[in-house]
Amino acid sequence: MGTQEPLKSLMAKASPARSGDFLAEVAALSQEERVKAQRRLADTTLAEILNEPLIDPDEDEVSALIYEQHDAEGFAPIANWSVGEFREWLLSEAATPEAIADLKWALTPEMVAAVSKIMRNQDLIAVAKKRPVVTAFRTTVGLPGHISVRIQPNHPTDDPKGVAASIVDGLQFGCGDAVIGINPATDSPAAMRRLLELIEELRLRLGCPVQSCVLAHVTTAIDCMSRGAPVDLVFQSIAGSEKANSSFGISLSMLREAHDAARGLKRGTVGSNVMYFETGQGAALSADAHHGIDQQTMEVRAYAVAREFDPLLVNTVVGFIGPEYLYDGKEIIRAGLEDHFCGKLLGVPMGCDVCYTNHAEADQDDMDNLLTLLGVAGVNFIMGVPGSDDIMLNYQSTSYHDAAYIRQVLNLRAAPEFEAWMVEAGLFDSDGVLLPASHERAARLLGQAKLEAA
Amino acid sequence: MADEPVSSGKKPAAPAGHPLAPLKRFTEARIGLGRFGAGLPTAAHLDFSEAHARARDAVHASCDADAIEATLKAAGREVIRVKSQAADRATYLRRPDLGRKLDAESAQALRDIGNDGGVAIIISEGLSAYAVNTYGAETALAVAEALEPQGIAPIVLAEQGRVALSDPIGEALNVRLAIILIGERPGLSAADSLGAYLTFDPKSGRSDADRNCISNIRKGGISPKDAAAKIAWLATRAFELGLTGTKLKDDAEDLLEGSAPEALPES
Repeated sequence: MGTQEPLKSLMAKASPARSGDFLAEVAALSQEERVKAQRRLADTTLAEILNEPLIDPDEDEVSALIYEQHDAEGFAPIANWSVGEFREWLLSEAATPEAIADLKWALTPEMVAAVSKIMRNQDLIAVAKKRPVVTAFRTTVGLPGHISVRIQPNHPTDDPKGVAASIVDGLQFGCGDAVIGINPATDSPAAMRRLLELIEELRLRLGCPVQSCVLAHVTTAIDCMSRGAPVDLVFQSIAGSEKANSSFGISLSMLREAHDAARGLKRGTVGSNVMYFETGQGAALSADAHHGIDQQTMEVRAYAVAREFDPLLVNTVVGFIGPEYLYDGKEIIRAGLEDHFCGKLLGVPMGCDVCYTNHAEADQDDMDNLLTLLGVAGVNFIMGVPGSDDIMLNYQSTSYHDAAYIRQVLNLRAAPEFEAWMVEAGLFDSDGVLLPASHERAARLLGQAKLEAA
Repeated sequence: MADEPVSSGKKPAAPAGHPLAPLKRFTEARIGLGRFGAGLPTAAHLDFSEAHARARDAVHASCDADAIEATLKAAGREVIRVKSQAADRATYLRRPDLGRKLDAESAQALRDIGNDGGVAIIISEGLSAYAVNTYGAETALAVAEALEPQGIAPIVLAEQGRVALSDPIGEALNVRLAIILIGERPGLSAADSLGAYLTFDPKSGRSDADRNCISNIRKGGISPKDAAAKIAWLATRAFELGLTGTKLKDDAEDLLEGSAPEALPES
């Protein structure tokens, strides 16, 4: 049972093929070697995984956190399960939503990553669907049968009218119930505050229950909060090792400070989840901070960081990093489903930026596939970018149209608070379904936003 | 500039009378596209497809090295061709590390030239062959002319290169400054954008912080002529200061409006 072989090498070899693991030279070199590693991993027990830290907790605060979080009492009944038995249990009728949720702190990222490596896409979808994770701020996100959308109204110069136009366009599709989240062109407290005040004004004019976020560095948000800016959610990119996090200029104590400050503002109405994290396979490797661990396992370790701070939203930006980490549509789709599954098992409110760059072997059809699969799996939220084209970050994500599509084909609803507002605004019918396109309705919304005469 | 008609799928028009149409002058974002059910109108759908197709073609197009070499030679420049260790496009895309390393024979060929000092000008297709096919030779010749007093080594055409390939090339040519003109990652709005990266005292182990960049060299961005002037200015300052990178960037920012020295997307 893997007595000689280090766990991290076994896990890397068992990982479904992706370019980043070849780049890191940790991948299995043949398909057969990969499946043989999967068999050995399937026979490894959860206790063995727990007992072999992939990075020494004395040298890495993420590892230390993983062991601090671990619920030994909850773990005892499953300690002797093999990874293969764990997979079978997850798929079985015994694994009810409550039973899976009860294991939240008994499971470590490594156990969850391990089981994902011996699961097919179908398994990842079926099990994730059984594990809703619900969070709230001004809207409630992640309820079964619902899907929320981040409006991502980026603009290369943060032009206020350009940003506002993209926001209102998204609202008339029923997007924005996850967050209105802007990647600022400039990371400064002044720029962040300008954008926050822009969203705040729109929100109040429209009486619309949404939360805002400007995706600046956590220290910028701390600065803004200390000056009384209207900060709803604090954003930060996170990764699965201390070294990778320090390449982002962050530490756990910094996140703790930001979390406490944002909680203290008490701006949420139906909940107090105040953090928005982004992750993505390959982030640690690109910072040379992966410690010889495969990229999918490193990604799941980032969720240990995320769940420490009760986030409203965690977004795996799956295809953004480029083909040297995830080469094509197949690898991107697999990674998106893995991240969603692993996040949910750890109790993380997972959303996914279903996306790709122009040098990846992927296109809109691949994104349609991943979006549809994640919709079936119960993903909490997706991005809404006007026409799929992010003109500031130069990549393609899901659009407002895509959000309307996934709600339509899978009968998924918007967050209840937001849905009520959409019904009142005359954009949804009384069942929460998007009404046909109408210039009159769009014009009315623009009028309420006071943008018609811009 | 914003009023210029755009022939491509770059900025699709909102359907007639869409209430968001007047706001399109504030953003290039694809707003107010209209919809049928949840679907895109056919024109908007195909506009996007065309822009993406152009970007994809740019990534996979071949560099027309013969034509570039002929243009450079016709202008009286010596040319040498080299390769990175990325043997083909698929390897190049998967293994950026190999695109930063010089093939052994190429390194020997460069050393055999016996160049001493001056400036290396390198052209590599990077992620957009369209960019170098369209603007590579013109920009290189303008830069060479402007920097003639510093001494110009034979111009290097490098196959499957990343930005950092300019380090081993510059080292093998024993130059003081390496300038690589390289195709940038294509976006939906521009698939033919060329970038220029300058590295003083090039050698393996240099990082992005040691370089300066002029990006967005293309029609509709910075013209090759204007770009060459900026590159020459940066190069001259680099020789005066004995460095490139963050310190030169701070020095240059006031004087070089419109350049994007922070953009280092694909090193």
